[in-house]
Amino acid sequence: MSLNVSNLTVHHGAICAINQVSIAVPTGKLAAIIGANGAGKTTLLRTLSGLKHPTNGSIMWKGEKIAGIKPEALVRRGISHVSEGKSVIPELTVRENLELGAVWRRNAKESKESIDQVVSIFPRLGERIQQRADTLSGGERQMLSIGRAIMAKPQLLLLDEPSLGLAPLVVEQIFQTIRDLTTAMNLTVLLVEQNAMGALKIADLGIVLNLGKVVAINHAQALIDDPAVRAAYLGY
Amino acid sequence: MQKLLETFLIGLSTGSIYALMSLALVLVWRSTRVVNFAQAGQAMLSTYIGFEIASRSEVFWLGLLFAIAAGALLGAGVDFFFMRVLFKHAVSGPAAVVAPVIATLGLLGLIRSIVGLTWGGEFKSIKSPASTDGFTIGETTIPFSALNLLIIVTVFVILIALAIIFQRTNLGLSLRASAYAPEIAQLAGIRTARTRTIGWAIAGGVGGVAGMLVTSFNFLSPYSLDLLLVFGFIAAVIGGLESMVGSVVGALILGIALTFILNYVGTSLVFIGGFVVLIVVLLVKPDGIMARGKVRRG
Amino acid sequence: MGKKITFFIILGWVLLLIGDRVDELRVYQGAQIAMYTIALASIVLLTGYSGQVSLGNGAMMAVGGYAAALTLNNLGSPVWFAFVMAVVVSALFGAFLGAAAARLSGPYLAGTTLALAVGLPEIANQFAFLGGVPGILFDVGLPPARFGEEFTQYKWFFWIATFIALIALFITSNILQSRYGRTWRAIRSNSLAAELSGVHSGRMKILAFTISSALAGLAGAVLAMTISLVAPGAYTLALSFALVTGAVLAGVSSLPGVVFGALILVAIPEVADVLANRWGGGENLNNYLPGLIVSVLLILSVIFTPNGPGENLRKHHHKKM
Repeated sequence: MSLNVSNLTVHHGAICAINQVSIAVPTGKLAAIIGANGAGKTTLLRTLSGLKHPTNGSIMWKGEKIAGIKPEALVRRGISHVSEGKSVIPELTVRENLELGAVWRRNAKESKESIDQVVSIFPRLGERIQQRADTLSGGERQMLSIGRAIMAKPQLLLLDEPSLGLAPLVVEQIFQTIRDLTTAMNLTVLLVEQNAMGALKIADLGIVLNLGKVVAINHAQALIDDPAVRAAYLGY
Repeated sequence: MQKLLETFLIGLSTGSIYALMSLALVLVWRSTRVVNFAQAGQAMLSTYIGFEIASRSEVFWLGLLFAIAAGALLGAGVDFFFMRVLFKHAVSGPAAVVAPVIATLGLLGLIRSIVGLTWGGEFKSIKSPASTDGFTIGETTIPFSALNLLIIVTVFVILIALAIIFQRTNLGLSLRASAYAPEIAQLAGIRTARTRTIGWAIAGGVGGVAGMLVTSFNFLSPYSLDLLLVFGFIAAVIGGLESMVGSVVGALILGIALTFILNYVGTSLVFIGGFVVLIVVLLVKPDGIMARGKVRRG
Repeated sequence: MGKKITFFIILGWVLLLIGDRVDELRVYQGAQIAMYTIALASIVLLTGYSGQVSLGNGAMMAVGGYAAALTLNNLGSPVWFAFVMAVVVSALFGAFLGAAAARLSGPYLAGTTLALAVGLPEIANQFAFLGGVPGILFDVGLPPARFGEEFTQYKWFFWIATFIALIALFITSNILQSRYGRTWRAIRSNSLAAELSGVHSGRMKILAFTISSALAGLAGAVLAMTISLVAPGAYTLALSFALVTGAVLAGVSSLPGVVFGALILVAIPEVADVLANRWGGGENLNNYLPGLIVSVLLILSVIFTPNGPGENLRKHHHKKM
């Protein structure tokens, strides 16, 4: 188990957003985290990436405690977080957005190689490499965000609602890419999604959060087949 | 026609010094969302240090170098020891609007007092690095001097250097990213706090240059840089605090406009002229010249 | 309402009694304190309540001072009318400024008012009828004969200033506690929400500027009275900064706090003088020690008690409960 969350509790002021959550994700697996709005999914990712401090509990990554460590330090330990919505810096070009992800590695040659790698995964970014990021479509921005995260050569990838606001065809593409990346790069992935079906279909593991608590953890397919989950989140 | 040209050139020279100040202010605003009035104080202290070196060594440029170094150290110091403390005691309530502004005003007063206590209030002067006599072309002498030219060239060089740093280096990329979107930069692995301090150091160094350049033709006193601050700030606001290019443009416009008022209208209206320029610009574009699209209010 | 009137009357009476007991210097300082309370009230209204940061209230004071002096000298009017004109003229200026500034926020507003603070006093140098650098005389005349020979000029200043200050504070207090005050605070905390509730935030902001400038102008006239002069040198940028400082020290949204702030503003130069002399005098010390004390106080108070000392006391009280 490379990621081990134990009894994690996180507060927003007086409100308890995450209530004694325990999750274990094996290396190289894709875990889909689904649940209604306000269930605590985003807070969970933000705590894992260091943007938020937990009130209680522990987070173990590769055998080390990481709760409360700053985000920029966690990036150096292999954690990349693609946050919800605006994860792209509009005033910078596509190339600059990508380069940003590798600045901390201080290796210009590696950085260039990584950009080539990202462009081969997302050819559309290659076409627009010199353009400002605010000229990109929603789908392209999402690709850019993920691309930037990959530039850091992460081992743990945290994705917050990558499908948000995107056309179904684009969503399919992105989900497929995420799945391919997970396998190809042996990534451990936490995929938070409102699009529960799409997420579960590409996932190995499924986690259902409700009001800050884990209400179900199982193999993704088992959750898809579960009538309660179906009724609540899959719409049928 | 000749007067027009003279006015324009002198305005350019004046405006380019304002450009340094306004650039420094915008740099700090973008990275910290604070208007650092203490920048005038930092520039002042750096200039006094530069003055000491310049008068002892009789070399202006050595003094300038020391002023830059002092400015950079001061800038980093203010960010590290002052700003971080300020933000830790983050403010809510009615004073939230006012608190950071007031804090930097207080810091300005503090630095000024320290400078006054150390050096006293008498006017000091530095020997100018270039002639202040107007250029003579044929039979006419225009008020534009070698010093004016030197100022324009110096500022130009600095602006180019900054542009290179910001656009072509990793440091510049980190600085821009940390200023535009600090959280995204953090998630990309940028040490935003450290980067911000570096930004403040750069702003401080630039302020030191501005102070030294002003002092090359003006007396130095604990109050001599106040105008630089005011006009630098006005220039930054005209340019729209969000854009570094805008601040330079705004400063040049302001410098030229003020010189026009000086030459064609009369000395005393210079300040009110600055105010009018400001109001006119803000009436048309409340977020400054370079602001794009939507106006964000209140 | 009745209680408030009684309070102010008693307060006035007490102040006048105190004025009888203390020496000339203190009486004069009393007049200065009264002047500062009015000026600080203008900041409390503008910044503390309507949330607009202005670095230019000193300029508004200048407007009031000049209006009063010009009225008195050129129209030969009674003194009280000069003060009224100070209020009216600066209110007009304030309305105009407010209209120009209503669309501005935060630093843009601060920048504009800063430019005003630097630029406005300079106008006096340009136009002859404004008296140039030496300024114009503003002489409110000797105290009435029936007060007796013991009644000095400074005491007369003190009485007039205190009377004006009490009236101004009374009116301001009523305005701040009315729905205007509530509306301003609504705009300050969330302008968008206020607009959606039907508040014309633009108009309210202009109103705040108008009233604030009226107060500042009144304070400027009182200042002119105490030095018997209006000149650009009396309304410098440093004055505007001092006002903001005093307001923050006192609690920027607390009207009662203005008395505290005014006391500090008057006390500091004196304390600094004493300290400077104790520490061996010397010109530098005299000139720059007051500034040092003010700055340190300001920084400490902004960091630790940004909403005025009252806030910390309230918090403490809460904790105990």
